[in-house]
Amino acid sequence: MEHIVKDHELYRKTVFGFWVYLMTDSILFSVLFVCYILLHTSNFGGPTTHELYSLRLVFAETMVLLTSSFTIGIARLYASRQLVRQTLIWLGITFLLGLSFVVMEGTEFTQLVLEGNSWKRSAFLSSYFTLVGTHGIHVSFGLIWIIFTFVLLAKRGMNEHNFRRLTTLGIFWHFLDLVWIFLFSIVYLMGAK
Amino acid sequence: MQRKIQIIYVALISMGLLLATVAFFWSTRVQIIHPSGMIAEKERDLLVFATLLMMVVVIPVFVLTFVFTWKYHVQNKNSKYLPNWDHSVSLEALWWGIPLIIVAVLSVVTWDQTHKLDPYKPIASNKEPLTIQVVALQWRWLFLYPQQGVASINLFQFPKDRPVKFEITADSPMNSFWIPELGGQIYAMPKMQTELHTISDRVGKYRGSSANISGKGFADMVFVAEVVEEEDFDRWIQSAKQAEVLDFAGYRALARPTEDREEKLFRLDDLKLFDQVINQYLVPGGRL
Amino acid sequence: MKEFIFGRLTLDAFKHDMIEYGAGVSMGLVAILVIYLLTVKKKWGWLWHEWITTVDAKKIGVMYIVVLLIMLIKGLIDALMMRAQQAIASGNQGYLGSEHFQQIFSAHGTTMIFFVGMGAVFALFNLVVPLQIGARDVAFPFLNAVSFWLFAMGALFLNLSLVMGNFGGAGWLSYPPLSGIEYSPGVGIDYWNWTVQIAGVGSLFSGINFFVTILRMRCPGMTLMRMPVFVWACLGTAVLIIFAFPILTMSLALLTLDRIMGMHFFTSDFGGNPMLYVNLIWAWGHPEVYILVLPVFGVYSEIIPTFSKKRLFGYHSMVWAIIAIAFLSFIVWLHHFFTMGASPGINSFFSIMTMAIAIPTGVKIFNWLFTQCRGRLTFATPMLWFLAFILIFTIGGLTGVLLSIPPVDFQVHNSLFLIAHFHSVIIGGVLFGFFSAFAYWFPKVTGFMLNEKLGKWAFWLWFVGFMLAFMPLYALGLMGATRRLDHYAADTGWQPFFIIAAIGGLVIAAAIGCQVLQFIVSIKQRKSNRDLTGDPWDGRTLEWSISSPPPFYNFAVTPTVEERDAWWEMKHKPKEKPVYKDIHLPKNTSMGFWIGVAGFFFAFSLIWSLYWLLPLSIIAIVTLAIIRLSDEEVEYTLKAEEIEKLEAQHGTHS
Repeated sequence: MEHIVKDHELYRKTVFGFWVYLMTDSILFSVLFVCYILLHTSNFGGPTTHELYSLRLVFAETMVLLTSSFTIGIARLYASRQLVRQTLIWLGITFLLGLSFVVMEGTEFTQLVLEGNSWKRSAFLSSYFTLVGTHGIHVSFGLIWIIFTFVLLAKRGMNEHNFRRLTTLGIFWHFLDLVWIFLFSIVYLMGAK
Repeated sequence: MQRKIQIIYVALISMGLLLATVAFFWSTRVQIIHPSGMIAEKERDLLVFATLLMMVVVIPVFVLTFVFTWKYHVQNKNSKYLPNWDHSVSLEALWWGIPLIIVAVLSVVTWDQTHKLDPYKPIASNKEPLTIQVVALQWRWLFLYPQQGVASINLFQFPKDRPVKFEITADSPMNSFWIPELGGQIYAMPKMQTELHTISDRVGKYRGSSANISGKGFADMVFVAEVVEEEDFDRWIQSAKQAEVLDFAGYRALARPTEDREEKLFRLDDLKLFDQVINQYLVPGGRL
Repeated sequence: MKEFIFGRLTLDAFKHDMIEYGAGVSMGLVAILVIYLLTVKKKWGWLWHEWITTVDAKKIGVMYIVVLLIMLIKGLIDALMMRAQQAIASGNQGYLGSEHFQQIFSAHGTTMIFFVGMGAVFALFNLVVPLQIGARDVAFPFLNAVSFWLFAMGALFLNLSLVMGNFGGAGWLSYPPLSGIEYSPGVGIDYWNWTVQIAGVGSLFSGINFFVTILRMRCPGMTLMRMPVFVWACLGTAVLIIFAFPILTMSLALLTLDRIMGMHFFTSDFGGNPMLYVNLIWAWGHPEVYILVLPVFGVYSEIIPTFSKKRLFGYHSMVWAIIAIAFLSFIVWLHHFFTMGASPGINSFFSIMTMAIAIPTGVKIFNWLFTQCRGRLTFATPMLWFLAFILIFTIGGLTGVLLSIPPVDFQVHNSLFLIAHFHSVIIGGVLFGFFSAFAYWFPKVTGFMLNEKLGKWAFWLWFVGFMLAFMPLYALGLMGATRRLDHYAADTGWQPFFIIAAIGGLVIAAAIGCQVLQFIVSIKQRKSNRDLTGDPWDGRTLEWSISSPPPFYNFAVTPTVEERDAWWEMKHKPKEKPVYKDIHLPKNTSMGFWIGVAGFFFAFSLIWSLYWLLPLSIIAIVTLAIIRLSDEEVEYTLKAEEIEKLEAQHGTHS
């Protein structure tokens, strides 16, 4: 890494600052988890968690997201060896996996809304859509970020700025994976029994 | 010299104002210091106790401020000057330790009194408690008497020396049920039921209000809590029984937003009206 | 079609009563005057290049002060209107309608906390922290600019609501169900929501920025335990911001979702729970008040040693007290709603934790007093504010402990006793601390001194005015007067107290008039009041080692520190000849401003339901971010020879 990064101060303080930002994002998600835990039984006569969750779809989403964490890790390994083409390939694969995740989640949401179980139905559904949806929005921003990094990498090669961008992107992506694991456990596993 | 005179003036004026303030609070116009109910009296005692206890710290702070300002003013050439004196273990022990002890004492007292003065705690008495159900509307208060079968708006009565249990809810945004002279306060929230217990040892008319903003007519959410002798209370109940009936439909009309301050009495045939009010929020379609 | 283009915006939004028209017209006239002056003096280029595109923390700090002073005057006018209404409305409706009154106190609270209080915090962060740690700027200068522009846009929203639409009338925290779409269907709560949300995001970014700055950008030799206590206070504040503000962001977002998308987090039916909002908003709200006051504690830790010509007493104690206060501030939030019906065990726990915070706070007060003990005290304006602080903040702290005892709180919750308490700690603490800091650091920022005589007049008027305005409120609270009443019955006997409080308000207005006059006079007299040494108070910390105003690069040579009170030690040792090196500085950029503008339109579209503007503004924000983040030429180099020339011009003593 030393041969890519010339301004160590900038690299280290940016990465550190990004970790601090992720800390604030964790608090954001914590609030949503708290709301979900407190409100998930308030179904106001509508469907309960047991009736709604499809563990098969959620399992597929989980596999896709976990794999994408793996592929972005591989991309960074190639990046630290300044192998731009391989980095781009694995970034692309990560993007496709992330996109599949978002599409799957989108279909899950659409299905619920078409059945009449939208976020307006009950406090439980409001908290469900918001928690899972916020994670989905974060992943979508991550996808935009991947495109941005991909384009800059293709145009400018592996300079220290692109390396730094890829580092923070990777941390962000792994963070979203971590949040998903909590989500998967607290929302789906506990709810589907 | 001029500096010292200034400091003396400020000290004297401050002390004078302080004494005037304390004297004022002792006057009977300050209802919370001179309440009319047992709960409010205990709450007042706790306030006075805590204030006196904190004087152990507050008075030294004020005294030291004046003394140091006087003594170490640059014009005072005789004072000791130790520019590098910046720590003292014994002094630190003092001002970490003494406040700690005060807080510890206050904590024990608080724990004890918070449990004893819990709004949900029934008041020990040989008389049977009177249940009054309270509904906060926009923008007035409805009082239901399930045991007597009557209801009233904007004013209610209860007999002296008899413990009262308020069951409180709202059919409006969050309000707060507060009668300063009788003590205790608790929020009135839609879909929820809170409780407040109180008792009064003297006859009188006591002002109550909402203490949490609930919209345009909030300032009008004033009511009168009238404490009377038992016979007067029975008479009031009887006159309410002759009044118009309050049913759920009539209730819905009452609950529409208004700033009307008229005091009215009703006969209450449906003793479960209170539960119906709460239930509106619990079932789909309940609020239509 | 019309609905799609204009959303909820109709001509009705511009209809107001006479008072609101008057306010709107006054604001318009001031704006026109400013535009006229800028045009006539040909200062648009200067405004753009020196201020709007700056990423220099010192300039950003000055801009925070400009906004906060404007908002202070607006908030004071709100206060005077309220005082007048309550002084008149004994047995009658007064001159303000209920709804208008409710909007005024909501705007007053929002203005004072988010724009005056937080503005003061960020002004001090920006103006003082980099200088005190020997740094050239903050960790993320561009993010710093973005934070400011978001703050400014928030302030703009609040003022816009006076002209177009109306502000929320549910208080500065807007509890649901009152703030939900059912009971507040208009745009008022949405204005409140986005004012706070946008300013809040700016605050969060600043918290991250200064946290990294303090931890990563201290000059060589400045270990954590050699930092000035003010920097410790700012570090504690930054930690509080990082942990607390996301809670605010989310609470406001959930309220928005309830209002705009028909969700049911906080509705009373459909399974929602308004108590959840109360808990969340105060989980943020309590740390917030410590965010406001901790920097001010730090300010006094700088001012008292300087004006006592003596080292700060109990440095370690002071640091641990800051850490204790920061930690404890997260576990006391329930004391804001003891009356919401929690069990006595829970109420007691939060009560005891609240009392515990009084301990480190008291420790700080004693350490300040003993810094004065055996020192050589002078009483320039900054120290006078400290004396008023001791008196008023201690009363506020005492009443705070009283409020923290649940059974006592039952009798004073949401009464004027509460209002008197928090004004005592916020005015006595935060505001007086800010005035103290302003008087202290003004010469450093501008290069000339403030007129002392007018400063002392302002101080006495503020002190007397505060006493007159708020001591009656303690009495009123104990007489059973609730807060936020726009009228009351004559037989309550409250009117005389409200009249005294109104007089106090007028005295405070005179005080602020004095401060404005002081400002104008000081500028007029600036040539004779120049600070030529850069160290007018014989200070102890690094900011006094450079010229006043500082050069744009702060330090020509990054200082190396060997002990606490670094400058005090340095100035009593022989000076070494400086060796200059090339330094890298961030370039100016307009991106921060444009992101703020895009943020403004994002919020505007949601307030007025302009659903075509919403995606456009989101795309704009993302595009601007992408353009900025892909820019790799954000710095420029200042050559050593250039620095040497500039230093010679200043005649500094670094």
